[in-house]
Amino acid sequence: MKVSYFPGCTLKNKAKDLDLYAYKSAEALGVTLEEIENWQCCGGVFTTANDEVATKLSSVRALKYAGEKEQPLVTVCSACHNVIKQTNYAMQTNSQFADKVNRYMAADGTYNGETQVYHYLEMLRDLVGYDTLKEKVVNTLKGKKIAAYYGCLLLRPNSVMRMDDPENPTIMEDFIRALGADAVVYAKRNECCGGYISVESPESAKRNSNSIIENAKAAGAEMIITACPLCKYNLVKNGADIPVVYFTELLAEALGVKEDTNA
Amino acid sequence: MHNNKYLQEEIIRISGVNPSKCMRCGKCSATCPAYDEMEYHPHQFVNMVECGDIEPLLNSKSLYKCLSCFACIDRCPRGVQPAKVVEAVRLTAIRKQGANHLTADMVPEIVDEDTPQQLLVSAFRKYTK
Repeated sequence: MKVSYFPGCTLKNKAKDLDLYAYKSAEALGVTLEEIENWQCCGGVFTTANDEVATKLSSVRALKYAGEKEQPLVTVCSACHNVIKQTNYAMQTNSQFADKVNRYMAADGTYNGETQVYHYLEMLRDLVGYDTLKEKVVNTLKGKKIAAYYGCLLLRPNSVMRMDDPENPTIMEDFIRALGADAVVYAKRNECCGGYISVESPESAKRNSNSIIENAKAAGAEMIITACPLCKYNLVKNGADIPVVYFTELLAEALGVKEDTNA
Repeated sequence: MHNNKYLQEEIIRISGVNPSKCMRCGKCSATCPAYDEMEYHPHQFVNMVECGDIEPLLNSKSLYKCLSCFACIDRCPRGVQPAKVVEAVRLTAIRKQGANHLTADMVPEIVDEDTPQQLLVSAFRKYTK
């Protein structure tokens, strides 16, 4: 299976592990990630304003590129996924916005939200299948107690993301179980770490991140996994005393492809 | 309180939110992870826009405390989408000449060796025009 892949700015810099292990693991699962040529940064956060057009064009270009190759568009970073999926939804449902975008990009032909967007986790669940994943595990993570941290961007807004139950998600816990580990369920797994607020108010990010870490630890977690570079940064910077790792790293370890890489 | 009809219509147009759908349950503010940091809370944003009382919001630091985590959007029983109101007011504030809330010369102080690009990209998108 071949899919279009949008890595995003951080995955080529501070979050190289998230990217590299995504490639290696996909390969092991029979999926080829074809990186979009000349992709541009998604902007990190979706602007909900109806009259913002220019800030959403890079997402539309990526969506259109995948559409022309008749491939689903896969993203790994929570933020890229959120921005691209919300932009796609706006192209499908807001005809005034779509008209403005299409006028702006007239030379490249029109686009109206036809491309299917998948987060890498959705790709594993819906395209590869957790049963198939389970069969490919060579290093079982049996006995490890792992907490999934969803944060805000993976699941919300649910009317657009349609990934899982936004208040009682299971996609990451089922992923952990497919790798043979124990999934630790805790209340704050879908609360915000503070995100970009660490620029404006580091103490706010600290308070939010601390309460998430403490909550996960109280539920017995020995490790936290995330799909978001900013979540990882905030949790680690604000005193996580258990490992916080990208879910793709855990996947690569279980699939036995981690050692081949020099991340 | 000053009723600014023009600004009220602008915020409603930009956000696409109908503030009169709000039933004042306060769930948006109760679930807001930035509540303690805010002078005006999410339910007050909705109420003040409904009343056309926009200037205090435009001048409030609360605009820069919202995390855009969409908790208030998903947990509102009436589908009001308060975060979209906050975003529309913030954009109205920073679209003014010289009103950027973050500038490039502030960056060296913010970054450390682990700072992900995502942090700066997101902050610039939220705080500047």
